[in-house]
Amino acid sequence: MFKDTYDVIVVGAGHAGSEAAAAAANMGSSTLLVTMNLQNIAQMSCNPAMGGIAKGQILREIDALGGYSGLVSDTSAIQFKMLNKSKGPAMWSPRVQSDRMLFSQHWRERLEQTENLDFYQEMVSGLIVLNNQVTGVKTSLGLEIKAKTVILTNGTFLNGLIHIGDKNFGGGRAGERASFGITKELEDMGFEAGRMKTGTPPRVDGRSLDFTKMEEQTGDQQPWKFSYSNETKSLKEQRSCWMSYTSQDVHNILKEGFDRSPMFNGSIKSTGPRYCPSIEDKIHRFADKDRHQMFVEPEGWNTVEYYVNGFSTSLPEDIQFKALQQCAGFENVKFFRPGYAIEYDYFPPTQLKHTLETKLVEGLYFAGQINGTTGYEEAASQGLMAGINAALKVKEKEEFTLSRSEAYIGVLIDDLITKGTEEPYRMFTSRAEYRTLLRQDNADFRLTAKSFDIGLASSERMKLMEDKKEKSDAFVDFFKNQSVTTDEINPILEEKNSSKVDQQGKLFKIFARPNITMQDMRKLKSVENFVKEHDLDNEVLEQVEVQVKYAGYIEKEKLNADKLNRLENVKIPEHFDYSLLKSMSFEAREKLTKIKPRTVSQASRVSGVNPSDVSVLLVHMGR
Amino acid sequence: MIHTDTIVALATASGSGAIAIIRISGAQALELCTPLFYAKSGVSILDQKSHSLQLGTIRNGERILDEVLVSVFRGQRSYTGEPTVEISCHGSSFIQKEIIQLLISKGCRAAQPGEFTLRAFLNGKMDLSQAEAVADLISSDNSASHQLAMQQMRGGFTSQLKELRQELLDFASLMELELDFSEEDVEFANRDQFQALVLKIQKVLSRLIDSFAVGNVIKNGIPVAIVGEPNVGKSTLLNALLNEERAIVSEIAGTTRDTIEDEISIGGIGFRFIDTAGIRETQDTIEGLGIQRTFEKIKQSQVIVKLIDTPKVFDQNHDLIPEEWQRVKEDIQQLREAFPERPFLLLANKADLLTDANKEILRADFKDLLFISAKAKTGIEAIQEQLLSYVDAGALRNNDSIVTNSRHYNALLLALEEINKVQEGLNQGLTTDLLAIDIRQALYHFGEITGEVTNDELLGNIFANFCIGK
Repeated sequence: MFKDTYDVIVVGAGHAGSEAAAAAANMGSSTLLVTMNLQNIAQMSCNPAMGGIAKGQILREIDALGGYSGLVSDTSAIQFKMLNKSKGPAMWSPRVQSDRMLFSQHWRERLEQTENLDFYQEMVSGLIVLNNQVTGVKTSLGLEIKAKTVILTNGTFLNGLIHIGDKNFGGGRAGERASFGITKELEDMGFEAGRMKTGTPPRVDGRSLDFTKMEEQTGDQQPWKFSYSNETKSLKEQRSCWMSYTSQDVHNILKEGFDRSPMFNGSIKSTGPRYCPSIEDKIHRFADKDRHQMFVEPEGWNTVEYYVNGFSTSLPEDIQFKALQQCAGFENVKFFRPGYAIEYDYFPPTQLKHTLETKLVEGLYFAGQINGTTGYEEAASQGLMAGINAALKVKEKEEFTLSRSEAYIGVLIDDLITKGTEEPYRMFTSRAEYRTLLRQDNADFRLTAKSFDIGLASSERMKLMEDKKEKSDAFVDFFKNQSVTTDEINPILEEKNSSKVDQQGKLFKIFARPNITMQDMRKLKSVENFVKEHDLDNEVLEQVEVQVKYAGYIEKEKLNADKLNRLENVKIPEHFDYSLLKSMSFEAREKLTKIKPRTVSQASRVSGVNPSDVSVLLVHMGR
Repeated sequence: MIHTDTIVALATASGSGAIAIIRISGAQALELCTPLFYAKSGVSILDQKSHSLQLGTIRNGERILDEVLVSVFRGQRSYTGEPTVEISCHGSSFIQKEIIQLLISKGCRAAQPGEFTLRAFLNGKMDLSQAEAVADLISSDNSASHQLAMQQMRGGFTSQLKELRQELLDFASLMELELDFSEEDVEFANRDQFQALVLKIQKVLSRLIDSFAVGNVIKNGIPVAIVGEPNVGKSTLLNALLNEERAIVSEIAGTTRDTIEDEISIGGIGFRFIDTAGIRETQDTIEGLGIQRTFEKIKQSQVIVKLIDTPKVFDQNHDLIPEEWQRVKEDIQQLREAFPERPFLLLANKADLLTDANKEILRADFKDLLFISAKAKTGIEAIQEQLLSYVDAGALRNNDSIVTNSRHYNALLLALEEINKVQEGLNQGLTTDLLAIDIRQALYHFGEITGEVTNDELLGNIFANFCIGK
């Protein structure tokens, strides 16, 4: 029934599993994707949106590496927004509202078109492990499928328990069964498991809402897109979102249900995401705020279903309904389904290596929520990295990892395996030491060549990136060398209230002024001619604008990153005996023995390891 | 790289002295010394109690090298945290060398600079900032710099910087929050409060940076230029000052034959006296460079002491010789004009040869003239008081923080530079993410001082600053 032995088996077909399967298969590994329901590939279990602050950057990185999430996000988008355009370029964050059904459909189509990839619908209930090496999986029907590597991407399905008010039932997602067996088996092998919680708001019928009472949130006038490839186009038409607010009345009604809330009556003990709190959590923690905002987001082009962002809740459904009715525009609201909370098993990610392979069992990889993360983008990027590394392992090639100064994906994985996480881990720009280097506009420069070298990113992508680089460099040089006369430039400066120049000078200096934009520059004939002549697209124009305007900051961050990399280069031998370091604190020795950092730099990020411990380590490593 | 070998070095200053101490540290310290030492009591080092002394001889085969005292420190209860033997021998350089060479031939390794302290650090006997302070402590040669080094060892101004760093960090976190939740309605960092904090930090940093000059002076001694012709009594004055304190610290040959530098501790503060020729004399010499050279030397000083050979301006009848006095006054005026900012101490030497009337005449021109006699040792206390009054030692006495470590000084300068950028950014309405770069950078430099960041370059530096044997 199955191939004798697969190179890679991916368990679960959410965002992590789908990327993992695509990456492994595209790198030439014979791959099997096993999921409990093939109708729900890359399901958006929560909000119908991709990207956002820090997450948009990750999505661009996935695309630059040759993953599918960016492409699918583009083709299933119904609205595009570049967030934070008024801030520096490190903060510019692309986000789309997605057509939920289209998203899933396009993912499935892409996977079906991927060579080396087989599908099977069944619940994986266990692993086959021989001498600490994984050799395959067992299914609930008793089948055994052999594989050289296995990637677990179980999401919220492992012993998933759904809560609505004081009712709870097993499930992995609304309307889907939970998965049993794997946690117990892994624990028996010596893995440590934990429990986490997340939640989702109610979905409502758009026909029952009065949008005239809400504020319209439109997409960008000139929408962008995620993928660096030419395969996708930016949106011509967009759908709007809407904004409404809760009120004191709403809060009062919600409070009536607190005694039946699983969050407050003790039936949920696990930790939820502090940064994505439920509405009951918000009114409990920020008691002095008399209102909270809600974004009302359409679930697709051709559906009346809406997602009430900001109203995540596990209160009893009657309370959810009564409270929402008090919100502006929701007076006659009809529910498609109530919000709920879900508890699930995860495995503290400090049990993993940088490749996402487990330290305990060779060939076994974890990706996504099983590692304690939250978010589609976080999951997808882990899946991609696990898929790549499983494929490389099968081919007996060197592992593929990204550093903290190279990619948000590098920050994410390093954080997970070094520090672990006590609550669902979400990416923030502030988690990156050098966010000015990790921008959404340069993910291709940072990553595409690396991915091409390991055989994932296509040669077309590589060519596109090189072409963009060449054109950008040439355009930057143009600004450095091209002079402009006072007559040409002063009217433009005057218009922008920027002080006039009294002599001819290079364009670069003027462009570098804070409020002068590419648009202003293009009013100059010489600039516009250059753009036309070299057929420069938006990617190049944006790239050049960032490079010129933020040159000083980028340079500074590069220098700082080099400093960090110096410690990154001080390697720690794999079986280093920390008990020899008498001057190191006991806690540090214990933590380091467990985490087994590869470099002094990584060691310095382990919690409980303080700078003097790092000094001891450095001195021992011969520094 | 775990240290297992046994190291040896001279622990006292090199050169000859009454006694010298040779330190041997490492797992094999006791074993290596045992066959070389013949105790009077007959007890071998291996049987000697920890933290005890024994008299005996060190022998190379049959040959007795010296009669010595041997201290033994067993287990981890030593400076380095390793078994240690200290041999107190006689202070001749020859004997020191003989014993050390003998130990090396028996399997010890000559220690690197700072290696004993490095081992103490690695064995958990002290932390990094303590190790750094030890280096300063060893090189401190007057009570003020000793006090500074102790202050640093106890934490000193770093605790104040730690607080400021924490405040800055708190604001930085708020601003980061603001960035990552720009879409949600969270509380933003209050810009006015932040401005106030930035101003406060600027003030503290500037003060600490300024204190470096003071600290440096205290650490290295305050340079004092003594201006006066030969035979005016400069050496006698120095000796008089010395005799009072009996605390000569060093005697460094000057760059020219006629210049010597003496460091004298007065009231716990080091003063470095730079002898310069008088102006008149150099004016008379053919080489026009002479006066320039004198002025160069005075430039290096922070205090000018002008010594007048007062009996010379009076004749045998104790009457003033106006032209002589005029020349002296011109000299003084020229000096004062050239160095208007320098404290200027005017000493009328050989005052015991003057009449009260003579003194009145001179005082009429210079109210602050001090009448002394170096030879008779009168007025010496007044000089000391006067010199001390020039020192901004107020800071020290008030327990204010003074920066003496040049690494700290550099980090403070860099931190201030970043903070200034932050302020500029705030004034120009720079976006938060760019502001954050400068803040992070400032935090880094703060952390370099408070030990909250690890800097690999720094580590090498600290131990490299030690001399061998420490």
